Amino acid sequence: MSLSRTDQHLVVGLRLCALLVASIVLLVFLFLLTESWPILNHISWSRFFTDHSWHPVQGFYNITPMLSATLLTTLGALILATPLGIASALFSRYYAPSFVATWYRRLIELLAGIPSVVYGFWGLTTLAPLIANLHPPGVSLFTAILVLALMILPTIALTVEAALISVPNAYHSGAVALGMSRWSMIIAIVLPAAQSGIVSGIMLGASRAIGETMAVLMVAGNVVQHPHSVFDSVRTLTANIALEMAYAMGDHRAALFVSGLALMIMVLGFISLAELFKWKSSYA
Amino acid sequence: MLKNKLATLLIYLVAVLITVTFICILADIIIHGFSQISWGYLTESPSDAGRAGGIAPIIVSTALIVFLAIIIAAPLGLATAILLTEFAQQKTIFAGFVERCLDVLASVPSIVFGLFGNAFFSLYLGLGFSILSGGLTLACMVLPILIRTAVEGLRATPDDYRFSAAALGITRTTALVHLLLPTAMPAIVAGLILGIGRAMAETAALIFTSGYVDRMPDSVFDSGRSLSIHIYDLSMNVAGGDSKAHAAALVLIVMLLIINAISMGLAKHWQKNRIISNEIII
Amino acid sequence: MKSLFNPINHSPQNDIDRVERIAEPNSAYTLGPLESGSPCCDPEPILSIKNLSLHYAEKMALDNVSLDIYQGCITALIGPSGCGKTSFLSALNRLTDMIASCRVSGEISFNNINVFDSALNVQHLRRDIGMIFQKPVPFPLSIRRNIELPLREHGMHRQTELDERVKQVLNDVGLWQEVKHRLNSPAQALSGGQQQRLCIARALALKPKILLMDEPCSALDPISSGVVEDLIQSLRGLYTVVIVTHNLAQARRIANYAGFFWVKDRAGSLIEFGKCQQIFEAPQHELTAAYINGSRG
Repeated sequence: MSLSRTDQHLVVGLRLCALLVASIVLLVFLFLLTESWPILNHISWSRFFTDHSWHPVQGFYNITPMLSATLLTTLGALILATPLGIASALFSRYYAPSFVATWYRRLIELLAGIPSVVYGFWGLTTLAPLIANLHPPGVSLFTAILVLALMILPTIALTVEAALISVPNAYHSGAVALGMSRWSMIIAIVLPAAQSGIVSGIMLGASRAIGETMAVLMVAGNVVQHPHSVFDSVRTLTANIALEMAYAMGDHRAALFVSGLALMIMVLGFISLAELFKWKSSYA
Repeated sequence: MLKNKLATLLIYLVAVLITVTFICILADIIIHGFSQISWGYLTESPSDAGRAGGIAPIIVSTALIVFLAIIIAAPLGLATAILLTEFAQQKTIFAGFVERCLDVLASVPSIVFGLFGNAFFSLYLGLGFSILSGGLTLACMVLPILIRTAVEGLRATPDDYRFSAAALGITRTTALVHLLLPTAMPAIVAGLILGIGRAMAETAALIFTSGYVDRMPDSVFDSGRSLSIHIYDLSMNVAGGDSKAHAAALVLIVMLLIINAISMGLAKHWQKNRIISNEIII
Repeated sequence: MKSLFNPINHSPQNDIDRVERIAEPNSAYTLGPLESGSPCCDPEPILSIKNLSLHYAEKMALDNVSLDIYQGCITALIGPSGCGKTSFLSALNRLTDMIASCRVSGEISFNNINVFDSALNVQHLRRDIGMIFQKPVPFPLSIRRNIELPLREHGMHRQTELDERVKQVLNDVGLWQEVKHRLNSPAQALSGGQQQRLCIARALALKPKILLMDEPCSALDPISSGVVEDLIQSLRGLYTVVIVTHNLAQARRIANYAGFFWVKDRAGSLIEFGKCQQIFEAPQHELTAAYINGSRG
């Protein structure tokens, strides 16, 4: 590439900025590792799974209850939000009259921007008492799943709709010309064509659900236990960090950074899965 | 045909369900919050752990944190976006590396940013629990959003400008400053506004970086409580704080709505007056 | 009927040409001085292209093109779409540098300067070799600033000087009377033909030696197209013009020289180059004849 002197100076400056940006990710990992090193250094990592409980002050570091809570809330939220999100996207793309669709989309965009602390607060003050009527204590795995599902629904709906929009118009006009009904057209043509976009929407929702802290912290009850029913209180990894960082010292603090690392690994796993899927579907 | 009708019915039901649920959430907060809001609430300091008084210092802290985050992230983000779009058509290893890093950065959970900010900015750099620590942490968090929107904006500018400018012997720097950036400006500003919204909504990343202190901050090195942390604290740690928390939630949502409206208004304005606004910028 | 596969040099009908070609030092790859066409043409090559090949990634777009562009003349490049004419033009001012996947080999010398010299200042090269695109590209600025921006870039900053140059080039393209009262209004509000003339004015303002034009009229309505064509005619002798056009009649009306491109072995190549009159009236190559007569392409 031929660049003038001015351009070359600019590129050097831009490269430095980009390097700084890229180094943030490396710094995040570096600090997660160095902060969790004290504990990883002198206890075996398997103790995070085999200790008989999570009592970090006494030196017991079993994070499996938190892991199971994180996975269960995420899974539950995905099971609820995925069909709703896809239906919502189908509604605004194929069913709603254009005027309604515009406003509906605006509503969904607005919801995607509502702070998680507000969702948590609403869950705590409105939803939890309702569920307590059904089955006390109200702050539970079930409440957390509902609130998380509400939170990731707009994310899934918006991503899926973007994928639907990218399906060429010719596909469905062709289907309509063949006399297919709207639903069979969606099932047979639109959804398969938008498949990779839909999967990436779900993965995006999943990584948001795994990493969500405030809403879950406020409505899940925060008892460290493996739940026996959906109405039991649970504590997720993220909530655990938020609750205990304030007073954690030494190995306890390091153990929290280990759970941060575990979160990162889970989220990266989801991204790689999404990437793999994209790669597979584009080379199939 | 029955299947088709059933599906239509179900999809309409879902849309109605979603709309109703969200209207309920908004109505709940508006109804409970509105009665608490007064001029005094916005201009006074909180007292009795937030059960009484207002949120003036909290609004100031929030504004400072968000301002710092954007001021720090915007130039870095714009520079990175320019590098990725204008100087890396050839998929260089460096550009690929930066893009990969951004993908990962975008997916880091906010509580992990909180851990990182606490370890790096607060302790390692010795900034302590301060508005500056919080702003820096949020800057890291909003960078991927700013970069993605700016990249999209720059990619949407017509290549004709690049080729025509080059054919006139205009350097890329000049073309960027006078032609491409002004054309991409609406997208860049929309990204900034999105970033501001995200920063204002953030809680988890701030708890261990900017802290809980609800006094009026003297400088950016003071700890300051953001509006979102205020809501969290009132509802979880302060018995009888719910009504004030409703009010704070309403203030936060209204601020986000205003930001949203500004971005939509700007987008419309730019669409109408694109050429004239470019003239002003130059 | 003469043998269509004979190389041009051995064509029996071209005795005069042959004599002249022997006298011409560059006869190995050029057709010698101008015979017909407007008298202002100076048969001196300003651009010499030798063995130019061009690839996009693995795909070959141009295969071994050699020709001379003569100073002060209008050279038309004709041929069907996708035969590398535009790529050829872009190589001349190294606009191909902008496309990452594009690789160019061969030699181009411009006034005895090697165009592909890595130490060459491309900004200066492109100031000397201007280019007009198919679609008019007025910048999103005022009419005045459209012309001033490149001038300032090349070091002209005095406002009186700038004003004078703006007026002069707008006059040259016949736009001055139409826009003199609204120099500060947006250029994108002009009509298509006016926009294209503005783009030409913008290129002329830099006082280039060569003007490359990539189908400058094809995006315009017939009337604007006529105006732009007259404008190009008026540049003859003052500038060297290389014009790509799909409009054979236009090429015939304005060009002194013509080159015919065709896709051969999946890559564009120059089939025939010669004086405009000869290409159109006595094409030496079968393909040229077929294309001119409208039976191919």
